[in-house]
Formats: sequence, C-alpha cells, structure tokens
Amino acid sequence: MTQAAPVTKKKPVSKTTPKPMQNLEITDHQATVGKCFADNAKMTMRNVNVFYDDKQAIHDVSIDIAKNEVIAMIGPSGCGKSTFLRSLNRMNDTVDICRVEGQICMDGEDLYSPKLDVVELRARVGMVFQKPNPFPKSIYENVAYGPKIHGLADTRVDLDEIVENSLRKASLWEEVKERLHQAGTGLSGGQQQRLCIARAIAVSPEVILMDEPCSALDPIATARIEELIEELSQNFTIAIVTHSMQQAARVSHRTAYFHLGRLIEVNPTEQVFTMPEHQLTEAYITGRFG
Amino acid sequence: MTKKPMTDSSNHLDKIKKSLSRRNRAEKRFRWYGRMAVFVGLAAVMVLFTDIISKGHGAFRITYVELQVTYDQDMIGVENLTDPAQLALGDWEALSKAALRNEFGDVSGRRDKRKLYGLISSGAGYDLKDRLLANPLLLGETENVWILADDDIDTYYKSWLDGEPYAARMSAKQIQWIDELHAQGKIRLQFNSNLFTRGDSREPEQAGIRGAVMGSLLVLILTLMLSFPIGVSAAIYLEEFAPRNRWTDFIEVNINNLAAVPSIIFGLLGLAIFINFFHVPRSVPIVGGLVLTLMTLPTIIITSRAAIKSVPPSIREAAMGMGASKSQVVLHHVLPLSLPGMLTGAIIGMAQALGESAPLLMIGMVAFIVDIPAGFSDPATVLPVQIFLWADSPERAFIEKTSAAIMVLLSFLIVMNTVAVWLRKRLERRW
Amino acid sequence: MQATNILILILGLGAFAFFLGRGRSLALAKPLGGIRKLHSLPSYYGLHAALWCALPSLVLLFLWIMFDDPLINSIVIESVAADIAPTDTASYNLLINKIANLADGILPRKGESAALIAAADHMSSLRVISRWALTALLLTISLLGLLWGWSRISASFRARPVVEKVMQNILLACACLAIFTTLGIVLSVMFESIQFFRSVPIFDFVFGLEWSPQTAIREDQVGSSGSFGAVPLFVGTLLVSAVAMFVAVPVGLMSAIYLAEYASKSVRTYAKPALEILAGIPTVVYGFFAALTVAPFLRDLGASFGLSVSSESALAAGGVMGVMIIPFISSLADDVITAVPQSMRDGSLAMGATQSETVRRVIIPAALPGIVGGVMLAISRAIGETMIVVMAAGMAAKLTANPLESVTTVTVQIVTLLTGDQEFDSPKTLAAFALGLMLFTVTLLLNIFALHIVKKYREQYD
Repeated sequence: MTQAAPVTKKKPVSKTTPKPMQNLEITDHQATVGKCFADNAKMTMRNVNVFYDDKQAIHDVSIDIAKNEVIAMIGPSGCGKSTFLRSLNRMNDTVDICRVEGQICMDGEDLYSPKLDVVELRARVGMVFQKPNPFPKSIYENVAYGPKIHGLADTRVDLDEIVENSLRKASLWEEVKERLHQAGTGLSGGQQQRLCIARAIAVSPEVILMDEPCSALDPIATARIEELIEELSQNFTIAIVTHSMQQAARVSHRTAYFHLGRLIEVNPTEQVFTMPEHQLTEAYITGRFG
Repeated sequence: MTKKPMTDSSNHLDKIKKSLSRRNRAEKRFRWYGRMAVFVGLAAVMVLFTDIISKGHGAFRITYVELQVTYDQDMIGVENLTDPAQLALGDWEALSKAALRNEFGDVSGRRDKRKLYGLISSGAGYDLKDRLLANPLLLGETENVWILADDDIDTYYKSWLDGEPYAARMSAKQIQWIDELHAQGKIRLQFNSNLFTRGDSREPEQAGIRGAVMGSLLVLILTLMLSFPIGVSAAIYLEEFAPRNRWTDFIEVNINNLAAVPSIIFGLLGLAIFINFFHVPRSVPIVGGLVLTLMTLPTIIITSRAAIKSVPPSIREAAMGMGASKSQVVLHHVLPLSLPGMLTGAIIGMAQALGESAPLLMIGMVAFIVDIPAGFSDPATVLPVQIFLWADSPERAFIEKTSAAIMVLLSFLIVMNTVAVWLRKRLERRW
Repeated sequence: MQATNILILILGLGAFAFFLGRGRSLALAKPLGGIRKLHSLPSYYGLHAALWCALPSLVLLFLWIMFDDPLINSIVIESVAADIAPTDTASYNLLINKIANLADGILPRKGESAALIAAADHMSSLRVISRWALTALLLTISLLGLLWGWSRISASFRARPVVEKVMQNILLACACLAIFTTLGIVLSVMFESIQFFRSVPIFDFVFGLEWSPQTAIREDQVGSSGSFGAVPLFVGTLLVSAVAMFVAVPVGLMSAIYLAEYASKSVRTYAKPALEILAGIPTVVYGFFAALTVAPFLRDLGASFGLSVSSESALAAGGVMGVMIIPFISSLADDVITAVPQSMRDGSLAMGATQSETVRRVIIPAALPGIVGGVMLAISRAIGETMIVVMAAGMAAKLTANPLESVTTVTVQIVTLLTGDQEFDSPKTLAAFALGLMLFTVTLLLNIFALHIVKKYREQYD
C-alpha cells in the first residue's frame, strides 16, 4: 500500500444518517457515521492514520473523547482498536516500525509535536493493559512507582497517603492493606489488574486508557473492574477497548465501532446497541462476525 | 471507607513538569553510558587487532644479505656429498664466514670478527648445505647467494627502514656494515617463507610455525573424531531417549557444570589419568586430543541438544504415526534435520579447542620441539602453545614472530567461525 | 600387528557380518513370501550380526590397549637385573622410558649396558606376544560372535528391538561420559591432594600465609621442605578477578542494556557479533596483549604520575581479563534482559517513566537473579582463567590488595609447578593438585549455584 492521503486533506464527516448501504463492503471513502465530535472534548483526533511499515493499520480516523466520559471501542479482532488506543499515549513509539500520521490533541495540545515530552504525556494519559502486568515488586512499590519517578511525594507520609488513596480508589485497599509489602505478583488475576489500575491512578492522570482490561479475568473479577470503571468515571476520562459487547454496553457512555482499521460508527452506547446506524455495526452486534 | 481528597491534578502536573529536565538529563546520561560501554568493547577489539597487526606484520618479511659464497671443498671438510656421516660433521658455517670475510676484508680481532659473523643467521651454513646438496655441481664454484640475516640485524634493518632505528643490540661496526650493504643494494627484505615451512627454533630468524600448525591439526582431527560422534550420541540420548529421572538430571547437571569448569582442570585430569595412570607418553597429540575431547564435549552436547530441540515435535509425531520406531524417527528425521545445527556446534567447539592452551601445558605439549610432527604419537606442540613459548622468549625478534603466529591463529579462527555462521544461515530451517 | 590395523580388521569383519546377516534373512524371507514375513527389516538382522561380531571385540581391544603397556612395563621391571632396578618412582619412569626407547630403536643400542639391552629385548618380545595374542583372541571372539548372530536369524526373531536396545545403550554410555569425566577429575585431583596433605597439613595449606614451593635439590639444604601456605595465592586470584569484574561487569552490563533496550536493529546486528569477537579470541592472545602492550603502557603511565606500577601488575592482567569477560557478561545479561516480558516495559513506560527509569527500576530488578547468576559464572571463569595470568601476572606470592603490585594466582602456580621437569611425587608437584582441588571446588560451587539461579529465572518467565 502506498502513502496515505496527506494529513491536511480535510475529509467531510457526516453527522447525518446516511442511507444504509446494501452490502457490507468498505470503500476507501468510507465515512464515519454517528456523533464523532463532542463539545467538551478532552482529546481530539483528526484524520489519524497508523502504519506498521507499509501496512496501514488505521485509516483516517477522526473522533473526540469528551471530558469524564467512558468511551468504548469495539470491533472484530484485528480491527485496529488497540493500535488506535496505543497511539493516544504514544505507546506505539516503542514499536520501531510504527508510524502515526494525522492530529491527536489533548486540551488543544498536539501530542505528536516534537516539543511535547512523552514522559509528561504518559503521566497525564495512563494506561491499563490486557494482561495484568504488575512489576515484580511489592504491592506498595508497584503503586508508589509512578509517584516516585515523577517526584510527586515529598515525604514518606505523602507517599503512603498516595498509595493508600490509589488503592482505595481501585477498591483494593481493604484486601491488601495487611500485606502491602508482599509481592504484587502473588495476587489473584483480578486483584493484579486492580493493582495495575491503582498504579495508573496514583499519578492522577487525566485520561485512562484501558486495553481489554478484563480479557484475562474471570466473570467475578470482571464485574468488580466494571464497577470500578463506573466509579472512576467521576474523576477520569476513560477510553476502553473491549471485545465484549456486553461490557461496552454496561460501562460506556459512547461506543465507537472499528472495522478493518476504519472507524465506522460512533454513537451513545444505548443507540449503538439498540438501533445502530450502520449496517456493519449492526452485523457485528448481532453476531454475524466477530 | 473514607475517601481523602486527591492531591490536585494540576499540582501534580507542575511537579512532573519541574522534574522533566532533570529526568531527561538522567536519561541522556544513561544512554551515553550505554554507548560508552559498547564503544569500550568495540574499541578493545580494534586496539587488540591493531596492536597485533602492527606488531606482527613485519614478520612476514625478513632481512637477507647478499654474499659471494665459494663452495670450497677443503673448507667444508667433506669429500663425499652422499655420505650422511661426513655431511653431519662438515664445517658448513665456514662457508658463510668466509663469504663475510670476503665481503668486509678489513676485519681483524676476535671481537670484530664475532660481530661480523653475527651479521647472518647462525643457521646460514645449513641453508648453504641444503643448497649445495640440491645442486652438487656447485661444489668448487662461486655464486652470489642471498643469506638469511641474524635476528638482531633483521630487527635493526626493519626499524631503520621505518625511520626509527632500534640499535640496542648492535655495535657501531655492525651499523656501518649494514650501511655499506644497503648502499650497495646487498641487503633487502624478502618474503619470510621460513615462518611457514619450518618448525620451532631458538633462533628467531629460523623459527617457523609449521610444526605447531601440524600439531594443532593432528590434535583437532583427533578431537573432532572423538567428540563429535560422542557428543551427538549423548545429545540424542538426552533429548530423545532419556527417561525423566534423577539419573538423567544428574547427567545434565554434570554436563552443564563441565562446560564451566576451568580448562586447566582438564589438564590436571589428563596429567593424572592419561599420563601418570595409563602411561601415554607426554607431549603427543593423542593426549592433547583426548583432553580437548573431554573439554569440548559439553559444548558439543549442549549445542547439539539445542539443534535437536529445534526440530518441531510434529515431525516426530508424523513419523511415529506411520509406525516408525523411536530409533527410526531419530535416524530418519530428527538427525538429518538437526545436523546443520550440530555441525555449527562442532565447528564452534573445534574453534574453542584450537585456541586452548592451558590444559595442554599440563600434559607436556609445551616442550621445545623442532621436528614437524607427522603422526598422532610424535611429540608436538600446538599453535597457541607456540605463541605462549615465543611470547616468553627474551629475543626481541620473537615479539614480531609471536604476533605473526597470533595473526595466523586468528585467521584460522575467523575462517572457522565464518564457516559456522555461513552454515547456520545456509542450512538453518525456520519452523 | 598395529592397533589401527586390528581396528580396521574388526570393522571389516563387522561389515562382512552385516552383509552375511542381511543375506541370510533375505534368503529366509524368499520362500516365506517376501521380507514382510520377517519380523524386522533385513538390515536389522545384518546389524544384529555385525554388533555381535564387532562390539565385544572392540571393547576388548580398548581394554587391552589401555592396560597392556603398564602390564608389560611391570613385567619387564620385575625381571630386570638388580643393578639397574629402580629405587623410586622417578627412576622407575626414567628406566621405563629408556628401555622403551631402546626397544623402539629411538635410542642407539651402542654403548648401553647388557642388562638394559636385555630388558629392551624382553620388552620387544613381550610386545610382539601381546599383539599376536590380542589379534588371535579378537579374531576368535569376532568369528564366534558372527556365528552366534548369524545362527539366531529366523523369521520370527525380533532383531530390531535388540539392535535398538543395544544402540540406545551405546548412546547412554556416551551421555554417561560426562559423569565419568567429572568423576575422573574429582578422583585424580583428590587422590594426589590426599598424598599432598600427608606431607603438608591441610590447615597449613588453606590458612598459611607464606607460599614458596621451592624445594631444595639436595636433601640437606636449608628450607628443603618449602612452605605451602596458599592464602597469598587466594588473595592474588581474588585481586585479579576483582579487577576483571570491575571492568567487565559495568561495561558488559551497560552494553547489554544499550543493545537490548536502546540500539536500533541495525546497530544491534553489527555491534553484537563485533563484541562477540572478544569471546572468540584465544586467551593466549589476551595474555600476549596484557604482557607486552597493556602492562608496559600502565607502567609508563604510572611512572608519568609518579606511581610505581609493577610491570606484572594485577591491574594489567585483571584489566585484560575483564575485557575478555565483557562479551560473556553482555551476552548472558542480554539473554536475561530480553527474557523480561515486554508487558513490564509497557507497564512502566505507560506510567510516564523514561526508558532509563524503566531499565533501572523495573527491568534490572526483574532480571536481577539472571544477572547475578551470569556474574557468578563470570567470576568462576575469571578465577579459573590461566593463560592471561600466566603470561601477565607475577610468579612471586605476595600478600597485597594493591592492584598496582605484582601478585600470583592459583592457576599461575599450578602451571609453574607442573611445567618443567620434576619428579612426580614431590610435594611441589602434588601441591599443584591441591591447588587444582581448591580451584575445582570453588568454581564447581559457583557454577552449580549460578546455573541453578539462572535456570530458576528462566522458568519464571517461560
């Protein structure tokens, strides 16, 4: 595949409902349907293309993420939703062959501008991964890691307070307060994931990205994480990638449907799951592919 | 559960922003340490090679002096050129001495004469003998011959040509003679064929690495013949047949530990078992080969096992499914598929054996041996030990020789490793 | 007959047996309706016959060759005339060598005593008898084996399992060679060490502060016993190893980190093998480099600062040894660092950690067991390294912790004590084995411990 369209090219994004298409093919000029944009946008993405070497993983995605909303990104596997999520805090930088084009802004600041320090960005946009990845350190050290590297706590007392607060917010405190100095890897899968969430919120990020945070967990642990997301949405903006439509339906305010690297539809979650605008979305949520 | 108010987010952001420059400096510093470390390693390679080459490149050429030699029968004291007894007793040095006196007629006094005779190699007489025997018609004739110069003269002449004369072991007379010879074009550098065709010698200008190379070759052949089949067999047993039990674990622990045992310990083993217990003679390639076999076995077993492991189980299952016995599966499928990896391992093991010297010191392969070994039971030394011996010699000219021998050794190793890499690239199968 | 000829003969007989056995099985199969009526493939019957024919003979040949020389020697010495009979081990070895050389015709017989000539003749005749007896015996055994293997061939005979069982046992024997090697090392070193500790108390050896193994040539000379306190050697070894580690650990570790975490793929593909070159250079080359380039350089450098640096300083030997160990540490560290799961890096980077913070606070702690194991293996290597110290470190045992001075090491002393001509049973020679025992024990413990750590570490992330 050759170079994608230049970033400057303005693409019309329809806000009105188009006529349902008769087939499920995607053309190059596929436009996103639904409500992509928000008035109180925390993050704005415009014409984002992501490439792995020559292979294009994300085609021309434009979307806003509003303040304190929970936006779910769904779609069949390999649709690029995780890739897109990872480009929001520039985790894709760690992949040598990955290239991001287009504009991604937070509070009007271009995240890919050379002036921006990626360290600061990642402190502001936290991330929780698919598989719980606590560091091989104690529970306390796991949560204290962020505050320590960023110099957020001046005293030991401050640090203790941040750790306790974060663990409380991740509703893990009661379970681990007696064994803060035992290894984080000794916790159960669900607890590990909540530990990772506690670790992420310990630096008070503005946005939290969650990349299929429950895919490695059992239903009970999943339910607790979902409750947690609900609580966290009061303070944080959350973007969550999930392969579970029920989860998207339960936790998110808006849902974005990705298909083969394209953003097909963005709408309030209720609408997406009851009367999707686009035929592809409908096909997906009714289980015709997945 | 009481929720304390979280520290203000913007306050956090300020702190983070403030820490950025310090942290970015630390990041740069750390990255720089890393670069430095890699650079130090690479620089060490460069310095080492440059040092060896700059010290050793001169050894491939050696100084010859042109003299007029008269093959005077009376002077030699030999009547019959076909009688070995007479040849052995002949005064061959008289020929070269006479030629020197002939060239510089004005030399008198014992000291000056000794200095004069010191211009050419003390083995020059024997070279003239060989020349005469090759062409008996020369007897009684006179001819101009390029004669090998003494090592001190060689060192001086080379350094003089380079513009930094090293005259510590030269007398003023000798320097003057060299100047005269140089002015007449009767002294020159020639390709040093002795280095490749002769065995060891106490005289640097006569010494060569042929004996050591042959010794290394013999030892390596024996090592390869023993360690490759045994190592591959052991690897096959451990990977394909061994039951999972304590005995197998014990064998594995043994192999892994042997791979890390200092090589000199294998020398002690060879000395105590092969030489003192079984009375195998010292200094012969047989003992060297046996000791190096034991030493390289762990390496070969470990790499062979890795090669066998890389054959996917599906191949085995497919063959088993056809009703092949375990041995047939191994012989027909696993072995051919893992052979390239095993060969690579064997070459690497041989390279390791070729460079090894410590255990061979223990079993007497450090002796001064002039003759070139022709068989597994002839006393021999090997190339690295020859390097060790020469490096220990006081004569300055041996530094050059040692470096040259090192260059030869390193080129063998480079060739072996290149072949190993090539083999791996060429025959490696990706599953 | 030469041993090699006998070997070829046996192998030839084995090949003959193979074709005979195969032929017989084919002949058997024909009236039965093809080889599918046989239990095994014809070649297995052939192999079965060949194994019976060759294997016992080969084992016997091997044992015979191992033991006939010592046996003949002792018979010859038994029968030698009393006036030249040896009195101790040294003269025994000397005499045997002389007789053997006379028997082989290496030494001219002219001028040797009649007793010696007689002994040499005796030896030659014994050797001839031995060879012919061996040849006859082996031929008989081979033919009997061939006959037995051949006679057992029948359509229902299960040749394949038998052959496979034998083959498998041969493979097992090869694998067990590792155990025998270890056993051989332990036994040989232990045996000589025990002899040594009979003359020098083990306590004096391990804790003694003075090392001067020079035993006098004449019995009545002063200090003929020498002193064998090995502490200065241990200290010297540790000093040189410490210098080596001081060079190798930071450089090796940092370059592994740089190549694993920072370097681009192209830098990695070239820099890694280039560093590995250092591992492939023979130690004797490092020794030469240390003795002739680094040591004089350091001495001159020291002199220009007014420091007196020995020309055989521990610094030169240790520094060059460190360079040798760099690739060892860097490749081991590289292995363990790349084994740390990517999710750890992602987790840390996503928190806003810089790359160096990730390395220092997450990756290194996670990889620490593996790194420690690797460093321990490297220490074991430094302790056992021989050529560099033999060529670049000193001979004189000195109890010092100053790397600018000359020290000697355990391996240097082993080499010094065992090269050169000396009698085998003197405490001086035996001391080398006692040092070898120390060296083996220490490196073995380090290795077992380190390999255990590394193995556990690997399992953790597999």
